[in-house]
Amino acid sequence: MVGIVIVSHSNKISEGIVEMCREMAGKEQKIISAGGLDDNSLGTDAVKIANAIEKADSGDGVLVLADLGSAILSTEMAIEMLLDSSSDIKVKIADAPIVEGAIAGSIEAYIGGSLESCLVKAEEAKKFSKLNK
Amino acid sequence: MEKSIYSYIEAMRDVIVENKDFLTQLDAEIGDADHGTNMARGFNAVLDKISENDSDLKEVLKKVGMGLVSTVGGASGPLYGTMFLKAANAIKEDTINSNILCQMFKAALDGVKERGKATKGEKTIIDAMEPAYEAFVKAIDSGGSIQQALENAINAAENGVEYTKTIIATKGRASYLGERSIGHQDPGATSFTLLLKSILENYLK
Ligand SMILES: Nc1ncnc2c1ncn2[C@@H]1O[C@H](COP(=O)(O)OP(=O)(O)OP(=O)(O)O)[C@@H](O)[C@H]1O
Ligand SMILES: [Mg+2]
Repeated sequence: MVGIVIVSHSNKISEGIVEMCREMAGKEQKIISAGGLDDNSLGTDAVKIANAIEKADSGDGVLVLADLGSAILSTEMAIEMLLDSSSDIKVKIADAPIVEGAIAGSIEAYIGGSLESCLVKAEEAKKFSKLNK
Repeated sequence: MEKSIYSYIEAMRDVIVENKDFLTQLDAEIGDADHGTNMARGFNAVLDKISENDSDLKEVLKKVGMGLVSTVGGASGPLYGTMFLKAANAIKEDTINSNILCQMFKAALDGVKERGKATKGEKTIIDAMEPAYEAFVKAIDSGGSIQQALENAINAAENGVEYTKTIIATKGRASYLGERSIGHQDPGATSFTLLLKSILENYLK
């Protein structure tokens, strides 16, 4: 099953999103939070993200949902660090709103979708109208 | 470079800590008011990871890079982290001369540009770093000393910081401000210039 990693500047946000995804997802599904810094301040940490990606992988790859700015830079850095340590985990970053994308992506992972289809589902969340307009 | 690499990293830490509030103030104007805190946290943590006896330049720069990546917290973490890691990777032999310094500088600049996908004119570190690199290489190529090259690089970086006041940010947090970012200098370009100055100061000590 595709693993999901949530990267936010705020640990509360990433923990909260994981909690929301869990409501709809399977028990054994790997949805890992990588938010904030170790000293609990706001920020992103590439090493923490790399560890979360390793934890989330069970062979089918990992989809990362990130908030803004350095969340993307740090995730890209984490992916490079994993490559440098000759990891072969397939990782994709979704270009999607973090909450909606995480929920769409983790449901797709739960029903057995591939990394590619999880990515597509997460990114479709960008176009989903909340007000049904 | 007779002084220890530790002394250079320590000088960088000191200049960042001295200017912590200033950098944070600049970031308060066009960002999220954490650049000084981020950089000081990073350099303090990094200094704990290296020792005065470390003599392997490449290894120390790698440690510094990895340390910044995992402790700075903001965009400047992966950016400055990449800067040090790429500079380290450009070291192929034990002796350090001005040519190798140019290669390290180039690798660092290319690394930061690639990481942040920024080019000159977007109100980022690049606006200080690229002209500094160009001035450094120009001085070395025309037979100048390392001191002259550093002086010219600092000059160019300072002009770069001034230039950031005149442009709109299109990368990073400040880009959310659009035109309102005009009139303010970029925190990252400023911290880069401070780091260069600390290198020269320590070199001349
Ligand atoms: N894509 C980029 N390329 C180059 N430099 C950048 C980029 N994004 C931001 N910067 C630099 O980083 C500086 C801000 O660093 P700081 O440590 O405050 O991170 P931040 O913007 O708060 O990060 P975050 O994205 O986590 O909010 C800016 O002044 C700018 O020079
Ligand atoms: Mg900031």
